[in-house]
Amino acid sequence: MTVSILHRVTGGALAVAGLAALTWWLLAIAEGGDAYQRFATAARHPIGIIVLVGLTWSFFQHLLSGVRHLVMDSGAGFELNTNKKFAILTIVGSLLLTAVLWGWLLGVRP
Amino acid sequence: MSLGDSSTPLGRVRGLGSAREGGEHWLSERVTSVALLLLGTWLIASLLMLPALDQRTLSEWLGSPWGAVPMALLVIVGFKHALDGLKVVVDDYVHEPGNNFALNTLLLFLAVGGGALALYALAKISFGGHA
Repeated sequence: MTVSILHRVTGGALAVAGLAALTWWLLAIAEGGDAYQRFATAARHPIGIIVLVGLTWSFFQHLLSGVRHLVMDSGAGFELNTNKKFAILTIVGSLLLTAVLWGWLLGVRP
Repeated sequence: MSLGDSSTPLGRVRGLGSAREGGEHWLSERVTSVALLLLGTWLIASLLMLPALDQRTLSEWLGSPWGAVPMALLVIVGFKHALDGLKVVVDDYVHEPGNNFALNTLLLFLAVGGGALALYALAKISFGGHA
């Protein structure tokens, strides 16, 4: 149930903030100069980083719970214990993938 | 479409729900989700493998077919999937037919407009003349 709600919330966040950020990013790259600088400044601001980390987590959570929904669409995975394990796995997986990606972006590369 | 014994479960659902529609939307949401599984993985992998994430590197990457084509697909399929998903939310919570139609139409305009804007940016990166 929690994961089902998370699927909807993260989907809404990705549809609104995610696509807005993606479009802004592409426009900034196309425009270059000051326009790109404005995007880069916003993305490096603490609030910008919180939003981007949130969107990254939303992406991984929505992706994993989406796969779970596809499996359940096929009629599999409804047994209570299996279902619960799969649900918990989506949360653990999304947090882990977000940590790894941002660890790489902030730590490993300039 | 025949409803005889030979029709598959999917064939019976397509275009033939209790409201005579909805099957195509349900399927579109799932097909686009599988496409986004691939395109999303591509985007994350690309960001990890690019030598840097500055404007010059990014515009060179998105100006090449290897960046431009998957990104254009990601934009189109992403906006379509977002529209499919938000329609489910609107249909769940907004029951008055007039408001439902107005909100779904507004979302359609926003999705098409946003997608067009993102594709314009990609076109400018590829054909704008200054890479």
